[in-house]
Amino acid sequence: MGKIKTARGVIYFFLVLLVIICFIPFYMMIINATRSNSEILRGFTLIPGNALMDNYDILNSYINIWIGFRNSLIIAVSVTVLNSYFSALTAFALVVYEFKAKNVIFITFIVMMMVPGQLGLIGLYDLASTFGILDTYWPLIIPAIAAPFTVFFFRQFLITTMPMSILESGRIDGASETYMFHRLVLPILMPAIATMGIFTFIGSWNNFLFPLVIIRSPRLYTLPIMIRQLQGSPVASNLGAIYLGIAISVVPIMIAFLFLSKYIISSITAGAVKG
Amino acid sequence: MNKTDDQTVAADSTAAVSKRKTKKKNHNHPYFYIAPFVIVFLSFNIYPILLTFYYSLTNYTGLGGIENADFVGFENYARLIGDSFFYEAFFNTIKIWGVNFAIQITIAMGLALLFSDMRLKLKGLNTFRALFFLPNIITIASVALLFSILLDWNYGSLNQMLLTLNLIDRPINWLNDPVLAQGWVALIGAWMWFGNTFIILMAGISGIPKDFYEAAYIDGANWWDTFTKITLPQLKPILLYVFITSIIGGLQIFDLPLLMTDGRGAPRGALNTMVIYLYNQGFSYANFGYSAAIAYGLFIITIVFSAITFKTMYRSQVKVKKGGRK
Repeated sequence: MGKIKTARGVIYFFLVLLVIICFIPFYMMIINATRSNSEILRGFTLIPGNALMDNYDILNSYINIWIGFRNSLIIAVSVTVLNSYFSALTAFALVVYEFKAKNVIFITFIVMMMVPGQLGLIGLYDLASTFGILDTYWPLIIPAIAAPFTVFFFRQFLITTMPMSILESGRIDGASETYMFHRLVLPILMPAIATMGIFTFIGSWNNFLFPLVIIRSPRLYTLPIMIRQLQGSPVASNLGAIYLGIAISVVPIMIAFLFLSKYIISSITAGAVKG
Repeated sequence: MNKTDDQTVAADSTAAVSKRKTKKKNHNHPYFYIAPFVIVFLSFNIYPILLTFYYSLTNYTGLGGIENADFVGFENYARLIGDSFFYEAFFNTIKIWGVNFAIQITIAMGLALLFSDMRLKLKGLNTFRALFFLPNIITIASVALLFSILLDWNYGSLNQMLLTLNLIDRPINWLNDPVLAQGWVALIGAWMWFGNTFIILMAGISGIPKDFYEAAYIDGANWWDTFTKITLPQLKPILLYVFITSIIGGLQIFDLPLLMTDGRGAPRGALNTMVIYLYNQGFSYANFGYSAAIAYGLFIITIVFSAITFKTMYRSQVKVKKGGRK
């Protein structure tokens, strides 16, 4: 028994060490965000400085990072809502009705899940340019309506959890199909919507390649594109300000994660076991 | 008695439902419901992919309209096959992915084995899982910029720290050496992804019936035996999932190497990955036709890698089954 106890102690020591290694980059980021440029040039320390507000002013004079925040939020929320609603509607149609195109659609899904997103990049760019929607959010938001993986996930979920008899009794009571979708099916799907919604949101929030290609005007920049602008910008010569810019883009996500980690982790498990 | 009645009723109503379901066959509802999906899917998914293929057969620059471009057949593909930069980008991508995956799976598997060990009974799984997973959700652009300044040879915190601790006597230029730069991108990738892999492996291991291990221990099996004879074979489907998703993602690595250095693959092309090459050909050098051909090249490589993985995994699974029957 004593042997196991020692082993356990050693393992905990290494686990904590691994956590520390994982968090050192973030810790250095936060510490350096509070130090002035000359302090950072002089050397490294683990103690915070007092130049936080100066750094913020320098950063703010060049770039308003909160605009990037707002833009990313607008896109990510729209994408998540459209993705959830239309995927649920499509999955509902696939599960509840029998119709001809059903199998074709299903096979297309499986194939499309293997296709890398970059394959349509050039085509999407050109399509957006033809429609005159380049440098707008439309090419980033509209494709969320057709998300094969989310539909697939919702379909599996509905098959296992929705009793067909609910719809039957609804029909007897004279409810329309659309009413039943909103009042009966959507609530049943809620746990699955939460699961996929978190992933869709994170995916859209972190999306880099497509906004990089589609967005031109600085006032429309998303957060990742704004972060890219920091690199090689005048503000880059002030290290404290650049650390602060990165910290502003990272810390709110970390805080949100603290509240949602339980859901996020259970959804990764669900995705892997089902997939 | 009551129970059987309920069951009959349930069976009856299922029969009724399926009857109604067939009745619904001629309804227009399903087409109405899937219409938004189908329209967007065809116009924003399928059409761009087909358009990209068409462009890959032209010398379209991306500027001044497709009508000014010529149809060149498979010329872009012939160029791709002979393009040493593309091969370099391919091998860079594979090297970065390979090192990243090796580190990631080793740490994740080690953690999963420790936390699932029945004799150790480690506590705090949820907390550790969350902490290890956290780097995964941080925007890659931020991660890349953060590391590019932490690793700066002059004023980066890493060199300053190593100098203060007297571990090195002069600053190391981490991002100026091809091998070191690739190593760092791989390491940062592993740092971002090992928590995710750990969670998936943990879920897989906790699905293995406990009596397998109990029986093995009673038979005197040691740790290595249970790992190679029980854990690994039972984990095969999950490992396949981890491997496939990792290689598909790994072949597409873009943001991290792009933002760690100059966006063109410095130092000396070491961070030029396939998607960076695709992006620069299309949007920096105005070679839409060639960029489109690279996209299809990447697609074919992805399919080949997935197919090889499936095949190797499937073959060894068949072997295990045969052995089991003996």
